[in-house]
Amino acid sequence: MLVLTSNLVLILLINLVASRLAFGADWAGVDERVVEHFAEKAGRPAWEPFINPSGDILLFAFLLAGTVGGFIAGYYWRDLFSAKDRNKAKQG
Amino acid sequence: MKKYLASLSMAVFVIPVAAFIIIALSTPAYAMHISEGILPLPWAGLWYVLAMPFMAKGIFDIKKRTRQTSFFIPLIGMVSAMVFIISAMPIPVPIAGTCSHPAGTGLAAILVGPFVTVVATSIALLIQALFLAHGGITTLGANILSMGVVGAFSGYFTFKVLTKAKVPLVIAAFLAGLASDWLTYAMTSFELALGLSEKGMFLKLYNSIALAFVPTQLPIGILEGFAAAGLFAFVLKRRPDILINLGVIKPLSLYKEGIGHEEVVY
Repeated sequence: MLVLTSNLVLILLINLVASRLAFGADWAGVDERVVEHFAEKAGRPAWEPFINPSGDILLFAFLLAGTVGGFIAGYYWRDLFSAKDRNKAKQG
Repeated sequence: MKKYLASLSMAVFVIPVAAFIIIALSTPAYAMHISEGILPLPWAGLWYVLAMPFMAKGIFDIKKRTRQTSFFIPLIGMVSAMVFIISAMPIPVPIAGTCSHPAGTGLAAILVGPFVTVVATSIALLIQALFLAHGGITTLGANILSMGVVGAFSGYFTFKVLTKAKVPLVIAAFLAGLASDWLTYAMTSFELALGLSEKGMFLKLYNSIALAFVPTQLPIGILEGFAAAGLFAFVLKRRPDILINLGVIKPLSLYKEGIGHEEVVY
């Protein structure tokens, strides 16, 4: 686990440090930079999403989704990998 | 002291990762999914129809395997949540000045099977399309087919073929993650080119779209490979019994990986 997290952190740090050097980049997603770019060129711009959260509601939605998703992943992770819990279940 | 140092080093690594995830998720994510309304309706409908049998088989597999295996429910719960989080997490790629995300479907397919991964991916994509303005309802079938079906099956078969060829398990997992990511984008390019190209221009448009993805997805695919290999190595070390019970690996392969039989709980 330590190896995995250190690998990820290293890659992220390299990315973040390098991002300080990439002045002028707009950091658009590839859907905007690639997908929507080609769609617009073909005369098929993207529609507004059916539910289009405006302002900070989208930030809130992403944070909430991340929190709930993280909680569910962590809950089952503990079920599967926590040695303490598994020993308790075995003894019970 | 040793325990204290281990917890400290974990905190040093885990806190920045957690902080990054929170920061990344609290930024509007614009990533790989095909946005709402881009595909002409006949094409959008076709991708739905093609995705349906995979979803039906996935639902059947979930019902069957939850009856057979006690840990299948927590495993599929964890895998689904991870696919959801990973596929909504924009990662900046400095060489391209853009953001994109891994898919997580390659590793998911190795662990729970490709059909079950299609169902997990469909749920993640539906929630993202409905509540996070990420992807779309009309393009859901196309997104399920690229990220769910192609992502899962390419990762699964890469892993199977490589392990049959006696490639070390963790390297096979790395290449499965890599193949899964890159082929997902190849499929997205294919779907876009089919839907958007004028007569006789398909191949040209396909090449242009696929090439435009390369600067961003090349490093993201490598990152996905490392993540898949790291997580697979963790499961292999901590719960090899899960991998054996699911038929992912054979008990004999544990010796090759240097894992003793006493660590396997049947």
